[in-house]
Amino acid sequence: MKEVRQAVLFTVVTMVLFGGAYPLVLWGVGRAVFPSQAGGSLIRRADGSIVGSALVAQAFTQPRYFQPRPSGVDYNAAASGGTNYGPSNADQLTAMSDRRGAFARINRVPDERVPAEMVTASGAGLDPDISPESAEMQIDRVATARGVAADRVRQIMRQHIAPPALGLLGRPRVNVLELNLALDQELR
Amino acid sequence: MALELIAVTVTIAFSIATSIPLGAYMFRVFSGARTIADPVLVPLERLVLRVCGVDAGAQQDWRSYAVSLLASNAVMWVATFAIVSAQHVLPINPDGIAAMEPALAFNTISSFVTNTNLQHYSGESGLSYFSQMFVIVFLQFVTAATGMAACVAAMRGLAGQRLAALGNFYVDATRAAVRILLPLSVPLAIVLMSQGTPMTFEGAARAATVEGASQTIARGVVAGEVAIKQLGSNGGGYFGPNSAHPFENPTPISNFAELWAIAVIPMAMVWTLGHFTRRRRLALVVFAVMLALYLPMVGVAIAQETGSMEGKEVRFGTASSALWAVTTTVTSNGSVNAMHDSLTPIGGLMPMIGMWLNNIFGGVGVGVINMLIFIIVAVFVAGMMIGRTPEFLGKKVEAREMKLASLAMLWHPLAILTGTAVACSVWASTGDPATALGWLKNPGPHGFSEMLYEFTSSAANNGSGFEGLGDNTPFWNVSTGLVMMLSRYIPIIAPLALAGALAAKPSAPETAGSLRADSAVFGFTVWAVIVILGLLMFMPVAVLGPIAESLAVRG
Repeated sequence: MKEVRQAVLFTVVTMVLFGGAYPLVLWGVGRAVFPSQAGGSLIRRADGSIVGSALVAQAFTQPRYFQPRPSGVDYNAAASGGTNYGPSNADQLTAMSDRRGAFARINRVPDERVPAEMVTASGAGLDPDISPESAEMQIDRVATARGVAADRVRQIMRQHIAPPALGLLGRPRVNVLELNLALDQELR
Repeated sequence: MALELIAVTVTIAFSIATSIPLGAYMFRVFSGARTIADPVLVPLERLVLRVCGVDAGAQQDWRSYAVSLLASNAVMWVATFAIVSAQHVLPINPDGIAAMEPALAFNTISSFVTNTNLQHYSGESGLSYFSQMFVIVFLQFVTAATGMAACVAAMRGLAGQRLAALGNFYVDATRAAVRILLPLSVPLAIVLMSQGTPMTFEGAARAATVEGASQTIARGVVAGEVAIKQLGSNGGGYFGPNSAHPFENPTPISNFAELWAIAVIPMAMVWTLGHFTRRRRLALVVFAVMLALYLPMVGVAIAQETGSMEGKEVRFGTASSALWAVTTTVTSNGSVNAMHDSLTPIGGLMPMIGMWLNNIFGGVGVGVINMLIFIIVAVFVAGMMIGRTPEFLGKKVEAREMKLASLAMLWHPLAILTGTAVACSVWASTGDPATALGWLKNPGPHGFSEMLYEFTSSAANNGSGFEGLGDNTPFWNVSTGLVMMLSRYIPIIAPLALAGALAAKPSAPETAGSLRADSAVFGFTVWAVIVILGLLMFMPVAVLGPIAESLAVRG
């Protein structure tokens, strides 16, 4: 009987401590110190409406915008996920070949130069970043669609390259949503 | 690529370097010595024990230690099952999540109570914020503490002489949770928040995108869960894609911090073993054996995954994802930062090997327990080879100990191979299984790997998956639920009994004729026993799955 009582009390007290107090304290810290990040890094328009999250990819199909990586879930940030295709899957090989052809065609680059990340879906289908190389290949298309000089677009893109953290961790990357918002802002 | 390799090296080196002082701190906590964190944390520990009515001085033999462990876990199972089944009427549910249906709840609760964190639901749509906090985060603390307590009890048994008691379960579990996991989780969660991991009670954000579409962005009380999921070798993520989701792992810095958190306590446990047995050299030998298995696997995975971006994230790169895939599976963690189903065939074999062995660092606590089992077997094999009575740390290893060690060791392949065989036979005996069952996302050998991986992950209490498997079905929910429970408690209770038996024995002084457990020769023997006994029985399934696929891909 003592065994059962101890087990029940231990469950209750640790549930209150770790399920209740621990998240509440962190929530308080987040609100006080990192209000934007703790709320989901949301980007808002002047009227306060939400454009998206800086950390979450959204679909871009118009030629005037840089495109993010393919998504296995159509950029659904309420049901994220990967394709879970294995490397030997025929459907996967077809999908990759289709994406390669499409990227090469609209950006006027040879098939074999299309970066791997632009023909594969990311783990969550929400990868907000592309590599600087992938962005570079899209510059001419974006500049033509906007009727501006390619160098102007290139200049804005280069300002959005995030280097490896501490010069060591990760790879250089470009946040697609932030870059496209900057284009809209600076190239009216 | 060179920079990525340097980053991998730095990550591993940093984890090892910090595990050494942490191992010393954990020994001081569990042996009741003073530590610098006492003024803050000891009052909290006393509060928990007082509420539970635990006499901190009360000692338990291995049987009553095991009974307390099982009783507490049973009560947690019932309480959390009730919560997820009633989450639709409980508070803090801004997105209106429905109740979890019974078979899925059975699987989910069995998974989290056993520290496995296999997830047949998707976090965004399957759990309310209340359940995320009071079921998932709660269990991620206490089940990690349960494993650490069991490990500490086993270490006491090895170190002690003519010892009747192994400690007190509630004292050990409370210390592990309050004085080790909590003070590491809070700063880690704050680092993650600084990088962009959300911590909000507000429901999903509704965005109108730049091109005018609508996008619903799930968020929630994420940061605290991600911290303890990594530190406690739990691995269960807030969102479906786990740490591949940009909210769970927003930047290369968060990725580094989480990789560190996956490895540091399992590594530190080895040093704690050295402190308990008062043999630093033993800890060094064990650590070297583990590294000699871990580093080659990391190397192979990195080489295989280079250039393969399916299921991976640009911000991490392939090398870091390969390092993660190996680290998360050798440590029984199971969180992922890339989709394992989309790994290359041999790259995907490395996580399976990590789980088949399940003792390279291993889960918090249970990894060292699994390693001790292999050490006992190695002692026995070496003793047979040189014709002496097997001894470990001056204690005779006899028939009872060998039976218990064999039980713990053989259960693992039995569960994996039998489970996979049953699944294959169900699949094969179903007319038109592809449409009737809908289990396998990928055809051919890769489909076999999906089923093999699921039982491997369940038996290793890992929790990662080849997620193409359509696993939210009664068959998978019930079968893996049972495997997770048996594979948690058999390999904990049998070693506790073994430790209890060893604890009662006197320790004979070592002579020139004794087998030295802390020598390089013995280290190599353990390494060889692990590779031959631990791995060879999985050779046939490795050939049927990943190796066959690899040959097919190369054509």
